[in-house]
Amino acid sequence: MQFFDIIVVGGGHAGVEAAAVAARMGARVALVSFDLSVIGAMSCNPAIGGLGKGHLVREVDAFDGVIARAADAAAIHYRMLNRSKGSAVQGPRVQADRTLFKAAVQRLLQEQGDLSLVQGEAAALRILGGRVSGVMLADGTELSGSAVVLCTGTFLGGTLFRGEERITGGRVGESSAQRLAAQMREADLPMARLKTGTPPRLDGRTIDWSRLAEQPSDGESWCMSAMSSGRVNSQVFCAITRTNPRSHDVIRANLHRSPLFSGAIGAKGPRYCPSIEDKIHRFADRDGHQIFLEPEGLDTPFVYPNGVSTSLPADVQLEMMRTMDGLERVEMFVPGYAVEYDHIDPRALRSTLEVRAMPGLYCAGQINGTTGYEEAAAQGLVAGMQAAANVLGKQPPELDRANSYIAVMIDDLTLHGVSEPYRMLTARAEYRLRLRANNATSRLTPLAIAAGCVGRARAEWFVRREERKSALAAELDRELHSNELASHGLPVRRDTGRLTLREWLRFDGVDLSRLSAWIAAEALVDSDLGDEMAEDAAYAPYLARQESELRELRANEALPLGDDFPYGDIPGLSREMVERLSAAHPATLAAAGRVPGITPAALATLLIHARRLAA
Amino acid sequence: MVMRDHVDAGSMQIMDTIFALSSGAPPAAIAVIRISGANASLALGTLAGRLPEPRRASVARLRDANGGTLDNALVLWFPGPDTVTGEDIAELHCHGGRAVVAAVEAVLAGLPNVRRATPGEFTRRSFVNGRIDLAEAEGLGDLLSAETELQRRSALAMAGGAFSRLVERWREELLTLSARVEAQLDFADEDDVAVSALDFSALGNGLCAEIRDWLARPRVEALREGYRVVLAGPPNAGKSTLFNALVESEAAIATPIAGTTRDVLTRPVAIEGVPFVFADTAGLRDDSTDTVETIGVERARDAVQRADLVLWLGAEDKAPDNAWKIEAQVDRPDHAAVHNPRHRISAVTGEGLASLRADLVEAARAALPKPGEAALSARQHRLLAEAEQALTVAGELKDPLLVAENLRLARVAFDSLLGRTTTEDMLDTLFNGFCIGK
Repeated sequence: MQFFDIIVVGGGHAGVEAAAVAARMGARVALVSFDLSVIGAMSCNPAIGGLGKGHLVREVDAFDGVIARAADAAAIHYRMLNRSKGSAVQGPRVQADRTLFKAAVQRLLQEQGDLSLVQGEAAALRILGGRVSGVMLADGTELSGSAVVLCTGTFLGGTLFRGEERITGGRVGESSAQRLAAQMREADLPMARLKTGTPPRLDGRTIDWSRLAEQPSDGESWCMSAMSSGRVNSQVFCAITRTNPRSHDVIRANLHRSPLFSGAIGAKGPRYCPSIEDKIHRFADRDGHQIFLEPEGLDTPFVYPNGVSTSLPADVQLEMMRTMDGLERVEMFVPGYAVEYDHIDPRALRSTLEVRAMPGLYCAGQINGTTGYEEAAAQGLVAGMQAAANVLGKQPPELDRANSYIAVMIDDLTLHGVSEPYRMLTARAEYRLRLRANNATSRLTPLAIAAGCVGRARAEWFVRREERKSALAAELDRELHSNELASHGLPVRRDTGRLTLREWLRFDGVDLSRLSAWIAAEALVDSDLGDEMAEDAAYAPYLARQESELRELRANEALPLGDDFPYGDIPGLSREMVERLSAAHPATLAAAGRVPGITPAALATLLIHARRLAA
Repeated sequence: MVMRDHVDAGSMQIMDTIFALSSGAPPAAIAVIRISGANASLALGTLAGRLPEPRRASVARLRDANGGTLDNALVLWFPGPDTVTGEDIAELHCHGGRAVVAAVEAVLAGLPNVRRATPGEFTRRSFVNGRIDLAEAEGLGDLLSAETELQRRSALAMAGGAFSRLVERWREELLTLSARVEAQLDFADEDDVAVSALDFSALGNGLCAEIRDWLARPRVEALREGYRVVLAGPPNAGKSTLFNALVESEAAIATPIAGTTRDVLTRPVAIEGVPFVFADTAGLRDDSTDTVETIGVERARDAVQRADLVLWLGAEDKAPDNAWKIEAQVDRPDHAAVHNPRHRISAVTGEGLASLRADLVEAARAALPKPGEAALSARQHRLLAEAEQALTVAGELKDPLLVAENLRLARVAFDSLLGRTTTEDMLDTLFNGFCIGK
């Protein structure tokens, strides 16, 4: 028997962050993977970040996580999505070389602390006195731990669909997952099925790139991680092609062979990531859809055609691909397919991602009904951090909807459950003006340091950054008369009067670079910091207006309902309300207000009873 | 917001069963006593000896704890939750004598966890149990306290949910707008979403105009409190005499002595079903040395400020804007003539009073909510004004991020009016309407 504090099962993005953060916090951690060489593998598209997702990456990075640094180490194409729009909805995204990414993850894991990599297949949970206390491997080895974090992706009941083909199971062998799956079933956890899909992989050597519009990596110097000092790899371009009426004809003629339409797949897929056959069926009036051709690495001919997720038969896929510009003679390495899999209804989890019915067991990633590397990494961080805090007797950081996308996601998952694979969107964050990808450090690193999640290098860097920040803040507090601005050609009215530089930043046509004549040059060295503070100044009136909403939110967050809140015994709560609340188990009154369908009347009733129970 | 505005947690005892005399004050032909709550069945069983068939009127002999007969009553039994309060309800239709009612109430008050209802508590329970929404509850509260026909019809319009349905529709329109903006924000750059630049003015202006229309309407407070008519003018102009004539009582002391009226005296009165509040004020003069009268003059000026309408009895050139100039005391030969009065009256002979009353009723009707038309409370007005403000700002902005933030603020305001959450609704609208995603 080997003894650990935390055992993490699975070496994908969730498992890596869970193991890494627990080790950074000082826990003795084992990361169990059936094949250590695949730790850090990207199983679907070769990109990290995007709208909403980029925010999550930056937030995990603010906790000194792995994903952003690995992304920079592997990035072969940088693109800031929504560059033309306000920074709160800008999404940093990179394409990563798979080999480099995996290597970076494995290298970074070596630096995280007391972290052992254990090769083996987790066959069963060890349960002692109602608590999960470790795992048993398929070869009979027992690992003892105070908490287990399951980050096993789609290991439960996965089925692959491609045309008439069916492949049961996934990457994890059927036999070894059996006992674990049986234990989960015995715990009577609510389970459901979801569907997702992936496009075919193309041979880049058979694409006529010369005929296609190129999309180069952007020429700026930003990075995914605050700790990365620059871009290290040569940058490649992507290309754009489109489906056309001929492609649509091919798809329509073969719809009956798609398991999505033949009825073989019953589970719901992601609405924001529909298969190409779904898009053509639902939006029949469109005569084309954009397809991004994304190289998967520097030393590989694999190309990922983003936008044609499909489960049509392989021969139809090839015929369809070849109708598109530049792809007339394309060859496929691997055809696309759809996957249907079991997941846990995340309402069975606490906001710590601990399974309410199985103390000591935490779940993170796709097993909770989410999709995406970034969503998985962020959940891994939360589960690992909460498990470690629990085991080590530390105080976990206070995350809420007003300080992080991470909390928005956890809150949505544990209160709403999922009806489709959950993906982060900026629209999900009601306070997104304050939750920007570029201010994640300011928002979260202080909390991360207090919780012991941050290594020495970043902690030291953060102290220096705070010094730069207060230096710039002092500069921005200086007052300047409109006359002086106008004399320098800034578009302000001469009679506006004296305002601080911070206030001038709210005016159209005034930005930090145009104010630089009045700011000490050394205060402007850190341009990321400058951008962040200028945006804070520009959004200030909106942020101030949100304060009253936030006060109310936090007052209601302070009113706990607790695990055993007797919803069923409260007269005045309708049966429907009791069902909804019992399924979601909101931890606080504010959380109850976010359970879908809960009426203000029900909240009023809860308020009264919560106060009475608290008294 | 809901919790703060509408539920006084301290006073509310949800566990209790409540009862109240729901009909008018005894003595009356019939007294209806309503009981709501978990112990309604105990109450009915104790009094009537049995629980009758649900939702069927039957006759029962009501007895006290010693078996003594209290009354022969019609009793009704409505098991929850499909009742107006969402709880078990019993109704006792007794004979309407004071002693009968008192005796039945005494038995009820003696039962465990049963107590007299506080004002509005039945309505509040309906709301708390999700039987009616906020706007309906507010309308119902007004309905119960309506004293005039006009008030009753307006309250009925609110309680019928007309306003809620309207806000629902606005909310739907807003969701569509939000979905379009969010599609631009979350998907435009990532994919080939066909999101044309948002012509916000065309989409949002209709909604804004409709809301502004509602904001311009008279508020329910005017209806609840009455149309405020202030009588003002110099001392001894006959204001108090006219006031007494209008309210048809000797409420004000009218004397020929200048400065008799020193405070603002108000009387609510209904004329032809229209609620009025008449206010008599101290004569306006600046030369008084009497401290009390000086304060009274200040209050009079204040009352003129807050009036819906001022009846000005005095020199024309001193009349406040939009005041009606009244030539008063026309029975007296020495009265001050007014060049172009709206009315010539004598409160003593009654000359001109009927036409003044008719004119007042017409003016008040125009200014108060129309019969049967839902009117907004101050709270609803404030929330709607917030929504209108946010939509107006959204229409002026170019940055879709800030447009979205303002639309969110408008959604929050609509949500407060209806008590709902919208992020998920907005996403549903978004995904149903757009081809998005890769």
